[in-house]
Amino acid sequence: MAASSTTAFNARPSGRVSAFWRRLRSGDDIAYVITLTCALTILAITALLVFELYRNSAVSREKFGWSFLFSSTWDPVAGQFGALPFIYGTVVTSALALLIGIPLGVFAAIFLAELAPARISNALTFLIELLAAVPSVIFGVLGIFVLVPMLTAAEPAIRAVLGWTPLFSGPFYGVSIFSAGVVLSVMIIPFIISISREVIMAVPPEQREGALALGATRWETTWDVVIPFAKKGIMGSIFLALARSLGETMAVTMVIGNDPAIHGSLLAPGYSIAAVIANEFTEATGDLYLGALIELGLVLFGLTIVINGLARVLVLSTARKGAG
Amino acid sequence: MLSVRRKAVNAVMLGLTGICTLLAVGTLLFILGYLFVHGGTSLTLNFFTKLPAPVGELGGGMANALLGSAKLLLLATCIGVPIGFLGGVYLAEFGGSSFSFVVRYTTDLLNGVPSIVIGIFAYTLIVLPQKHFSTLAGGIALGVMMIPIAIRSSEDFLRAVPVSLREGAMALGASKTKTIFTVVIPAAKAGLITGIMLNIARVAGETAPLIFTAFGNRFWSPGWEQPTAALPVMIWQYAISPYADWKQQAWSAGFVLLMLVLMINVLARLILSKRGHVVR
Repeated sequence: MAASSTTAFNARPSGRVSAFWRRLRSGDDIAYVITLTCALTILAITALLVFELYRNSAVSREKFGWSFLFSSTWDPVAGQFGALPFIYGTVVTSALALLIGIPLGVFAAIFLAELAPARISNALTFLIELLAAVPSVIFGVLGIFVLVPMLTAAEPAIRAVLGWTPLFSGPFYGVSIFSAGVVLSVMIIPFIISISREVIMAVPPEQREGALALGATRWETTWDVVIPFAKKGIMGSIFLALARSLGETMAVTMVIGNDPAIHGSLLAPGYSIAAVIANEFTEATGDLYLGALIELGLVLFGLTIVINGLARVLVLSTARKGAG
Repeated sequence: MLSVRRKAVNAVMLGLTGICTLLAVGTLLFILGYLFVHGGTSLTLNFFTKLPAPVGELGGGMANALLGSAKLLLLATCIGVPIGFLGGVYLAEFGGSSFSFVVRYTTDLLNGVPSIVIGIFAYTLIVLPQKHFSTLAGGIALGVMMIPIAIRSSEDFLRAVPVSLREGAMALGASKTKTIFTVVIPAAKAGLITGIMLNIARVAGETAPLIFTAFGNRFWSPGWEQPTAALPVMIWQYAISPYADWKQQAWSAGFVLLMLVLMINVLARLILSKRGHVVR
């Protein structure tokens, strides 16, 4: 710092230049420029990502236009590509995952935030956060070797309970939309639990005390007072979980059956956007095939951006510090 | 007086929340137990030292995949951590309000982009112009994934440093930069290291962005310009293969990967709790 003060007193004719050098010497401007560049990198990468996806899917976009999204033919040999079976698979598996994951996750979050003593709650939350760290390929391995045989064994029971609906009709080979939904639900539950727990714990204690003082039971307090208070944050956690399950690749591709067709039944095999990219990208021959797969990536990107954006807004509006 | 019905509803619903918690925690214990029984017990020294055996032969290991994963993670860390860390310094120490908001929002969006899409990005950026798969492309894909996580975690931990520390340093005449690098960053050190470790643990298990960037290799991959094997990709390829021996090895590899990831996670959280920071 001594250097900078001496240059300050060496009055040079070109005042502006020397002032600039002085500020650079003290390092603040250098640090500012360097860190700003790094922050700008994130904007550049995101812009480049969108640009590359858009540019490299040009062949497919020009050939199929918007009909790409609504056509259900996926025939690489004939050069016909439609995204509908994959969009269907992605949306239905994620919906199933939410259907199983939301009640389980929110209830567990209620237990951890409202009922369990702090020590037990922290220990269990630690375990659940470890569950969130398990790589998706591990879920895939467990999916094909454990869950699929289990579901096959449980098939008669599933049919006995739900077989009357068209959703659970038709043959069942183990790998199916249903299996993928179950695996996904296990993967998203930790996210729902850990974020919802934090949001519920942030509800002011006066809210609970007021309800309890009026004679509400513990459950009534939780369900009618605390949960409505934390609703937006919980919704945010659900959207985050949804975005994650839409983009989930490995676990899904290993249990969904990889069949590019829309069968009405959940027990039938299907395909998801991420799964078809993972499976066919390296063997895609020709620009059109590759372009169609990259366009699928663009669709997936758009889908998750919208869901994520919504999630952030919801989480931010309840807890000021975004969780993520 | 409480009606019997309300009491019953209370008990049943509270009981249900407990059961849901048990189910969630039970799943983790089930995964650990199952992998331990199926993978841990069949793990041999060969796994860590041998190359994969040719198709049709039994045995072999995944030494090349372990080294490949290490190289990919090293490259990814060298790209992701410096950019992410300095970006985090900007957000925590220099940032104005509206521009910072844009950066933060974009960071969160990029963080939410599915890893397979990041894979396509690295493919179009590096594999297409070079016309071959490489360790470089895989490392860059993972590096891009690390940047947003690094930005947010370093920003959070830097912000958790009390303002009084900064004011003290500046009152003594230190410039802003000097304050940041000699006072703020050392104070947040434990948190920053934890953030980097969790970041590495997260991308270590990533498979999707490597399939068409690092691609895979059944042999050693010298340098950065050739395709390389990586542990998660190997697990996937072995698990969906028709050979019983390969499936068994997929279990072992899964066990190794999971232990690695969980160990880093536990260690990182220990570092944090030791220093008494409860910031997350």
